[in-house]
Amino acid sequence: MKELSLNILDIAQNSFTAGATLTEIILEESADKLTIRIVDNGCGMSEDTLKQVSNPFYTTRTTRKVGLGIPLFRQAAEQTGGYITIQSTKDPVNHGTVITGVFNKSHIDFTPLGDIASTVCLLAQGCGEGDMVFTHKIEGKETVELDTRALREVLQGVPLSNPDVQLWIKAYTTQQYEK
Amino acid sequence: MKTLAELAQIREKMKDKVGIREGVNGVRIVVGMATCGIAAGARPVLNTLVEEVSKEGLSATATVTQTGCIGICQYEPVVEVFEAGKEKVTYVKVTPDMAKRIVAEHIKGGKPVAEYTIGNYKI
Repeated sequence: MKELSLNILDIAQNSFTAGATLTEIILEESADKLTIRIVDNGCGMSEDTLKQVSNPFYTTRTTRKVGLGIPLFRQAAEQTGGYITIQSTKDPVNHGTVITGVFNKSHIDFTPLGDIASTVCLLAQGCGEGDMVFTHKIEGKETVELDTRALREVLQGVPLSNPDVQLWIKAYTTQQYEK
Repeated sequence: MKTLAELAQIREKMKDKVGIREGVNGVRIVVGMATCGIAAGARPVLNTLVEEVSKEGLSATATVTQTGCIGICQYEPVVEVFEAGKEKVTYVKVTPDMAKRIVAEHIKGGKPVAEYTIGNYKI
């Protein structure tokens, strides 16, 4: 993956597939550190699955035999001296998964975040019936936010995947970074 | 400056188009967005498809959506076009430039770009 925003797009798909009604993507950035957290209330993973997810030869897919989403995210973090943690539970009430990646930005092998606005609009397109909240806190700057629940209220049934809506989401997110 | 008021305008423009609410549009464009697709460059392809569909004024009749791994990872980015009553068309190794042509000639013009299809792909 050439950009961390691509890893985010990839990992968040798992939350949608897990049937999450709410997926939160929270980025916290200081001068030297970037923390990426993906929090969902999807079905969660069993302890056995949790042990396997960093293994590239484990996947729930049947179309192929490898699963590289989590391993690539982990590699991207570890190559900067960072790490990832995964908490997940299938608890009937509080089911869900939290994936956290911590990155040292000044490390020479830090992958840039890249085109995050493109990822945000595709996440809004891909979250289906569920909702997605994106938050990017940058030290000394205004927080960038996008909450599909607020957009749905305005859209009244017009889907988030509508191409005109998609372009609006991308431009709306981009302009927040330009402030 | 993008505002919620502008989003409401888009809603007004689209609300009469019953098809988009029920997902029974004429053309469905699907892009493989699993790890394999994303790593091969599917995101800019999908973004380009969305931009071109909007630019050509096809937002009410064509949908662009994502899917998981289609199982032909070596051909990613893969774009599939579904149209009622027609056979599925599968485009492989798609780039943003190819995506522009697909929208102009196939989605708008109704004629698939044969040279980009999987059947025409030379290994």
